[in-house]
Amino acid sequence: MFDDRRRRWFDGIAWTAAAVALALLVDAAEAGEHRYPVDNAVYKAECGSCHVAYPPALLGAGTWREIMRGLDKHFGTDAGLGESAHAQVSAYLEAGAGGPRREVRTLRISNASWFRKEHDEVSAAAWKSAAVKSPANCGACHRQAERGDFGERSLRVPGGVVR
Amino acid sequence: MKSFTTGALVALLLFAGAAGAEVPADYLRSLDAAARAGTPGFGGFSAARGAQWFASRHGSDWSCATCHTDRPLASGRHATTGRAIAPLAPAASPERLTDAAKIEKWFRRNCNDVLGRACTPAEKGDVIAWLTSLKQ
Repeated sequence: MFDDRRRRWFDGIAWTAAAVALALLVDAAEAGEHRYPVDNAVYKAECGSCHVAYPPALLGAGTWREIMRGLDKHFGTDAGLGESAHAQVSAYLEAGAGGPRREVRTLRISNASWFRKEHDEVSAAAWKSAAVKSPANCGACHRQAERGDFGERSLRVPGGVVR
Repeated sequence: MKSFTTGALVALLLFAGAAGAEVPADYLRSLDAAARAGTPGFGGFSAARGAQWFASRHGSDWSCATCHTDRPLASGRHATTGRAIAPLAPAASPERLTDAAKIEKWFRRNCNDVLGRACTPAEKGDVIAWLTSLKQ
């Protein structure tokens, strides 16, 4: 009787541990493949019409908050939202935000040190090409950026990369 | 003659709105009423005026055409981010100009960017008249 209960208890722990391990594994695999989910309809519609709906994980919660505070002057354009959309987008971004190392003082993902390191193989000519124009234009090279997939398999840099 | 043409245009726009997946009729009516109230002698919306306005820089770096192209049956590109923008003319993108809240949201944002102020009801009506007149 007692043994039975103890076994069930151990079973429970083992299953939980297995589930956690699997979740960590999937997480690690997704990070390795540079996949970051973007799955909020309001965010995609409101923000994704002018630029790629950047994955929330690419910036820290504090940076997102700062961005959402200044939407009426958003990198030179008015990206103001209605009250309800503003609240929904803020909540979504902060819930999925990256850790403290993802905070960027200038509010630009492209200014983060990890971003520069990841893109150090991209030639100046590629950055300036008509197809790219701006580091905000993720989709010019990351063909699946709209789906949050920044993996190398879907990567095509105009004119190639410099190694 | 001129007032007949503009009257016919408004009627056409209103009719088109009533037909379904078009510019909402009550939105056009409210624009028309506001334009009449704001401009003494307002003679109705003008597609020609809308076309000219769309291409004008209004003293800033951008015009509407900067992102939407000067003939918005084609896809445009965002001037700073480079992201593709679906054609603005309903003849090319049927879902365009069918939702009053959406139309107003984009006027609010984009007029601020291009004109540095809100657009007037007459400006909005003119440009809608022009966009809906474009055919492929």
